[in-house]
Amino acid sequence: MEMVGGEEDRRLEETELRLGLPGGRASEGETAVAVIKCGGKRGFSETVDLMLNLSTKETLMDLNDKVKRNLAKENDDPVKPPAKALVVGWPPVRSFRKNILAVQKSDVKESEMMSGGAAFVKVSMDGAPYLRKVDLKIYKGYQELSNALGNMFSSFTVGMIDFMNVCKLMDLLNGSDYVPTYEDKDGDWMLVGDVPWEMFVESCKRLRIMRGKEAIGLAPRAMEKCKNRS
Amino acid sequence: MNFCPEEVLEHIFEFVTSHKDRNSMSLVCKTWYQVERESRYGVFIGNCYAINPVRLIKRFPRVRSLTLKGKPHFADFNLVPHGWGGFVDPWIKALAKACPGLEELRLKRMVVSDESLDLLSRSFVNFRSLVLVSCEGFSTDGLAAVAANCRNLQELDLQENDVDDRRGHWLSCFPESCTSLVSLNFACLKGEINLSALERLVARNPNLRSLRVNRAVPFEMLQKILIKAPKLTDLGTGSFVHDSDSETYHTLKSAMTNCKSISSLSGFLDVASCCLPAVYPLCANLISLNLSYASGINGNELVKLIGHCKKLQHLWILDCIGDDGLRVVADTCNELEELRVFPSDPFGPGNAAVTEQGLVAICSGCPKLHSLLYFCQQMTNAALITVAKNCPNFIRFRLCILDPVRPDPITMQPLDEGFGAIVQSCKRLKRLSISGRLTDSVFFYIGTYAEQLEMLSVAFAGDSDNAMLYVLNGCKKLRKLEIRDCPFGNMALLKDVGKYETMRSLWMSSCELTLGGCKTLARKMPMLNVEIINENDQVEIIPDNNDRQKVEKMYLYRTLVGPRPDAPDFVWTL
Repeated sequence: MEMVGGEEDRRLEETELRLGLPGGRASEGETAVAVIKCGGKRGFSETVDLMLNLSTKETLMDLNDKVKRNLAKENDDPVKPPAKALVVGWPPVRSFRKNILAVQKSDVKESEMMSGGAAFVKVSMDGAPYLRKVDLKIYKGYQELSNALGNMFSSFTVGMIDFMNVCKLMDLLNGSDYVPTYEDKDGDWMLVGDVPWEMFVESCKRLRIMRGKEAIGLAPRAMEKCKNRS
Repeated sequence: MNFCPEEVLEHIFEFVTSHKDRNSMSLVCKTWYQVERESRYGVFIGNCYAINPVRLIKRFPRVRSLTLKGKPHFADFNLVPHGWGGFVDPWIKALAKACPGLEELRLKRMVVSDESLDLLSRSFVNFRSLVLVSCEGFSTDGLAAVAANCRNLQELDLQENDVDDRRGHWLSCFPESCTSLVSLNFACLKGEINLSALERLVARNPNLRSLRVNRAVPFEMLQKILIKAPKLTDLGTGSFVHDSDSETYHTLKSAMTNCKSISSLSGFLDVASCCLPAVYPLCANLISLNLSYASGINGNELVKLIGHCKKLQHLWILDCIGDDGLRVVADTCNELEELRVFPSDPFGPGNAAVTEQGLVAICSGCPKLHSLLYFCQQMTNAALITVAKNCPNFIRFRLCILDPVRPDPITMQPLDEGFGAIVQSCKRLKRLSISGRLTDSVFFYIGTYAEQLEMLSVAFAGDSDNAMLYVLNGCKKLRKLEIRDCPFGNMALLKDVGKYETMRSLWMSSCELTLGGCKTLARKMPMLNVEIINENDQVEIIPDNNDRQKVEKMYLYRTLVGPRPDAPDFVWTL
């Protein structure tokens, strides 16, 4: 391989041992920086910010692309491991295994985001000037949700409305009473209250409190339920 | 003087199957050499570059079972760049022409292409067993060819390979006439498979003893499989997630209750803890349990499960089992012979859940333990000394402390004495991996006491060249030595060059070797291939005064066939 003198020197320079803090150079992102040696020994904790210059065709995981070692001496705080040091190929776990674990972790995070933590859904009420958002996870059941919605939208309605009492609503369908509906994962609009609470929280994407007249299509099922109850 | 007819010799040799014995026999005399080579059916090649296909076939023309290993072990940890080598293609091509009787091929860390799988499937009429471990370079198209064309296939075992899953229908390519399957393992594949094809495949292969499915095979399939595969002894589940109140779940649980033959269980890449009780009926008969991919099971559930497994001999788990969990293992699994504890969070902020205490518990409860792989947060000399006393039978002892230079956290001493106790007590030790803060002393102990040691893995250890010399001088049976990030240089490398001819290979990376040292070694030892892996043009080979340059990665191995012709640009054979 033919090398121009200057380039050659630079490359030699790069592999040469020297003392110095890292980060002083910049060429295409990362460069090979020297290792600090003390008394001929190279210890894990004595090395400083070794950043490997890696080509993109490497099959290394991103975590391994950078090698960052801190300056902490072994003697300091021996029980606590040194601040996050990432070394190529360490710990010696097969890439296959590492990849599987990484995928599993991201799956967990994803499902946590979807089902864990909070479950905020938009709530719209026909005729109200703006929407609200509720975290379904904080309610233990339909009654609590109903109370909360009632409180939320009370300023837009005359009198208290029991959203969950579908039977009562059905009696007053021709009036301006409301029916709680929700859009599920499949994009269908469903009547609130049919499925177990947990399943509802899982599948509800948004809530819509419909005006009674528009809920006529949903009414037959509700009528069935009323009949079954009484 | 030979008064024994060759036919008789051949008949006697049939009873000798061990490679080592066979190799010894071939050295007795010329006649024995001839008889042996013509009757050798199983050939093991630990380094595919130590020999080439032509010479293999010349010496063993009747080879029926071939095992090949390619890349060096540290390739598993991304230390060997892509494209380094280990191509199986030339082997299959040569065997296709000269050994149509080939029946088995076992490959480890090799690059396999779809073309070679296709050629394999069409060239060997009696082909019955393909085992690929940690290989890469092929896709499910290659598997489809094997499925479709190998009429007498008994075993297709894919372990931890990197397969390009084309989401085709490779499983459906097994013809209706395929009824010979004994073992099928496709757990490492990521894509969907045709479930009804799988069901029919299982149904028409009554001799199926081992089946490991992948993540795409849902919970509901398991019960169907169990019913159709009554001889199953080894099961690898796919997705193990379901509503535990459902009928499906209860059906599976009763199917499991009727499975008296299953002794090995693995899988659980997707798992819901609530479903685990379904496998409790199997636990009493389990000899082997691999939960090392089941990150979805928490420590308590793991412990509950293992608490039922009194006959367990092989256990692979994640460190989330914790020291307490290991105590339960120690109480329950008194027949344990092999234990592997993997890190559930390799790059996590040091939350690893097992320490020296778990290991001590295991060793006091499991006297038959002989193989260990243990990733832990910390280790103490006292613990290792106790372990050495309670378990003198270790054959494989691999300890990985996640912080590679951590000393004994209680005494702040290096772990020399602990490992010293291990090698002194375990007289049958063949494989050792050390970690933690270590000085030259541990190498002195290894060299002095580890007489049976064949493989040693070292990282971030030692103070001087003497360390490496202790090992090279002392361990007479050493075959593989792999070293990374240690202060060993040319002096150690060149002290006893003849030693490397008695070994399979030596790997040294991020040490103190220079180009000049490696060149000298190569010059003195023509029977070795001294390869420099030169990533990113770190080292210049021209002009000659660059001998002082550090060599980042060196891999040397003995060979009968000189420099390999398939070395890529970044690999220089000196």
